[in-house]
Amino acid sequence: MSDTARSAGFWKRNQLKIAPWAFLAPGAIMFLLYVLIPIVQSVWISFHDWDGLGDKVWIGLGNYVELLDDDTFYVALKNNLIWLALYLLAIPMGLATALFLNQTVWGIRLYKSLFFFPFVISQVVVGLMFTWFYAPDFGLFSQLIKWLTGTEIAVLADERFVTLGIIVAGLWPQTAYCMILYLTGLNNLNPEQIEAARMDNARGWRLLWHVILPQLAPATFIAMVVTVIGALRSFDLVSIMTAGGPYGSSQVLSYFMYEQALSEYGYRMGYGAAIAVVLFLIMMVFITLFIVRMIAQERNR
Amino acid sequence: MFPTPIQKASPAARIGYQVLLPVALMIWLIPLIGVAVTSLRPASDLAAGNYFGIPSGLAFENYAAVFRDSPIGWYILNSFKVTVPTVIGAVALSCLTGFALAVYGFRANLWVFFAFVAGNFIPFQILMVPVRDMTLRAGMYDTTLGLVLFHIAFQTGFCTLFMRNFIKGLPFALIESARVEGVSEWRIFRHIVLPLMRPAIAALSVLVFTFVWNDYFWATVLVQGQHAMPVTAGLYSLNGQWVAAWHLVSAGSIVAALPPVLMFFLMQRHFIAGLTLGATKG
Amino acid sequence: MTKFKALAGLALSALLMGSAAFAGEIVINSDHSDPAPKKAMEELIADFQAKHPDITVKWNNFDHEGYKAAIRNFLTADPPDVAAWYAGNRMAPFVGAGLFEDVTDVWASNGLDEQLKSSAASMTIDGTKWGVPYTYYQWGIYYRADIFAEQGIAPPKTWAELLAASEKLKAAGITPFAIGTKALWPTGGWFDYLNLRVNGYEFHMELTSGKVPYTDPRVKAVFEKWAELVGPGYFLENHAAIDWQDAIPQMVQGKAAMYLMGNFAVATMKDGGLTEDQIGFMQFPEITPGIPMAEDAPTDTFHIPSGAKNKEDAKVFLAYLASPEAQAKMNATLGQLPVNNQAAKPSDKFLDAGFTMLSNAYALAQFYDRDADAEMAKAGMEGFQEFMVKPDQIDRILERLEKVRAKVYK
Repeated sequence: MSDTARSAGFWKRNQLKIAPWAFLAPGAIMFLLYVLIPIVQSVWISFHDWDGLGDKVWIGLGNYVELLDDDTFYVALKNNLIWLALYLLAIPMGLATALFLNQTVWGIRLYKSLFFFPFVISQVVVGLMFTWFYAPDFGLFSQLIKWLTGTEIAVLADERFVTLGIIVAGLWPQTAYCMILYLTGLNNLNPEQIEAARMDNARGWRLLWHVILPQLAPATFIAMVVTVIGALRSFDLVSIMTAGGPYGSSQVLSYFMYEQALSEYGYRMGYGAAIAVVLFLIMMVFITLFIVRMIAQERNR
Repeated sequence: MFPTPIQKASPAARIGYQVLLPVALMIWLIPLIGVAVTSLRPASDLAAGNYFGIPSGLAFENYAAVFRDSPIGWYILNSFKVTVPTVIGAVALSCLTGFALAVYGFRANLWVFFAFVAGNFIPFQILMVPVRDMTLRAGMYDTTLGLVLFHIAFQTGFCTLFMRNFIKGLPFALIESARVEGVSEWRIFRHIVLPLMRPAIAALSVLVFTFVWNDYFWATVLVQGQHAMPVTAGLYSLNGQWVAAWHLVSAGSIVAALPPVLMFFLMQRHFIAGLTLGATKG
Repeated sequence: MTKFKALAGLALSALLMGSAAFAGEIVINSDHSDPAPKKAMEELIADFQAKHPDITVKWNNFDHEGYKAAIRNFLTADPPDVAAWYAGNRMAPFVGAGLFEDVTDVWASNGLDEQLKSSAASMTIDGTKWGVPYTYYQWGIYYRADIFAEQGIAPPKTWAELLAASEKLKAAGITPFAIGTKALWPTGGWFDYLNLRVNGYEFHMELTSGKVPYTDPRVKAVFEKWAELVGPGYFLENHAAIDWQDAIPQMVQGKAAMYLMGNFAVATMKDGGLTEDQIGFMQFPEITPGIPMAEDAPTDTFHIPSGAKNKEDAKVFLAYLASPEAQAKMNATLGQLPVNNQAAKPSDKFLDAGFTMLSNAYALAQFYDRDADAEMAKAGMEGFQEFMVKPDQIDRILERLEKVRAKVYK
């Protein structure tokens, strides 16, 4: 073996330099072609007026100026903030569910799976389920409200409740996701620290806050990341449940962009791209935070 | 263990817990149970206003009707035609990229890695117009192949993150000693690392299957006709035709949700291992 | 499966077109995917080929919804010789982009200016004809004739009579009007008719083509009339939560009595259990006295793309499509109305009423979401929906629409 290594040619000598790029190439090229380059192209398109049919016409910041004067944009932005704030409830709710289920009784594994179940289902199906749930006249939820308050509320047709209604539908799978993250985290707690804290008479909330939560920090972090991204990506549920209605009151940036760029009501690719760029910049704030933390982790390795 | 095991609590609390579990589960799954019951309700019940009472019979007929009167079987086939190649492609590519990023200490390593990670989190909308345009010009618009190529590329980001971290956790000494022996890099990958990656491959396959099966956005952007439409987008268009026919919508929903659900229950351990990567230290 | 074949056919024809088109072959792209339209097209093509054996027809049938996106692609990338589309402003973007061929000569040489008179205006842009219409259907108020009889109500001919009838129905515990606005477009029918009756066809066309501000007092007047129905609760509650079909059961169960809809609603009403005798049809009543009665009649059309390879034979096809015999037969299958006024009258009760109404109409509008620019239509119909929920917000809504208009029609 050892003399084959010594009799090496160019390939053998440079193998360690070339090999990583050879391994990377197929995946990296695909990723470049379908993800990284399109980001740049979208930014480029956002400076144009383009209906997808004719030529692109350069209008500089025209689309962005128009966006600043577009009422729907502010409705969507406001709703995105509501999504962001309320979607984060999935984290404490997930933690609570995880604590509730973190026992060893008969059948608990099945319970955990069934609680996790909503996450596995497509958002299209979740959206349809909740549409049925909220439907006036025969929806379970609207019947419940009618029974409790005497008046019927058509959640998805009422601008006061529609965004809340969709977020609740989104919280259902998202809570399940956070729950599973925390269940895994709880499985890996350091028992000695807990016992030591119990010796010091730490109980209940104090124990949770001072000893358990710090140990669950990695789970909390991942839960934050996926929840924030999920809130800003909220497209499927809005599309299925309301298409932004009634009269645009449940609009969010992701759906607004799609509607402007690709729906029957407009093929404004440039304007849509501008909306996408705004959404991208908002997300970049969070992505950057995430990457910065990862860099710190990598350094610590 | 936290919270305190229920076995140490009073007998009353123990019984209370055992009773609370199924009750909480029922409440948690109410939307699902409602839809499941509706999917088995005869159409005549709904017409007569019997939305919540005991169904007058179990109408498996609804499921038969969904398959007979709508192209949902065809949609499901399309979903498989999109999902299965994507799983194979994305997992294969990310085995390579993950290996490259985990094993070699070249200068751009971290930056390439972060590009994959960051790309994984961007909003789809920023890709929509160019990807649609590119797919169109390549003649792959409205084909399952167009969807597959995009999904492979995009999922590669997430899969690379996963694979790279997984390989980092393998004992590096194995690779070192092989190099000393003069084993080529490809053979190290193929015969030493790849066999150890089986659990990661299993976990990723299940996850990617679920993600791609449940994709709705790209199915509406890159496909327009029913001949290539996956079941998520198909279900949405059927919902438009089945207005007020909730027994059919429900049955269709259940059918569309079934494959990933089965996948989850069969491969639960891998699924959760994949999903919770990074939720613990390590 | 046929669709799959059709698309395979499309791919194949693309290859063929790339090299050389066959003399005497025309390629038709259309969206007749539903059963009845599909049958009508098959018959039309068979009859055409029997009459013109020298011309071969190749037909690519698209999914109805997908077609709206597909046409944008194939008109530039791979134009057929004949393409299906819609009249009015819906064809304006393609005409503007130079993608449709001028077919004024087909109209002139076949006497179509007279025979297709009712649609002439909606096929004309800048004094030029851009396609040939082959079918339309009427809009109007469908009502429960038996409930009207029970309550002693005669079909209203004027606004005052309509209000009186509504009041009577409401007092009897029946919601006068069924409507479901979740999909937005049903509100467009109401706006069209109120505007056509309050201000007339010319004003409606000026407004939908963006020449009049939405803050104009004449527009406000339309909403004042509308408010006379919204205010007292003459529309179904929760209309924003339901689709138009969801409102039909209310009518079937006798909880609602009237429905402003297109003729396609009759089939759904009959499916719901109403008999033909229980359903009546009336023209939307007069509001401003003396204004000539124009109607909504969405028209489907065929066009020749400017990139077509075989324009000569495509024109022969359009001329055949316009003929009274072809239109009569096709529309009998479609269950809709022939545009050609020489065509044999349909036998169906509702179609017969519609045929008479439209043949005597002063002019035809295409429907709000076809007459107005797409982006304007979306904003407009959202505004109408919001108005039906919050009528007191009308000034704010109109200001918002005006802002969109100023932006869209620069």
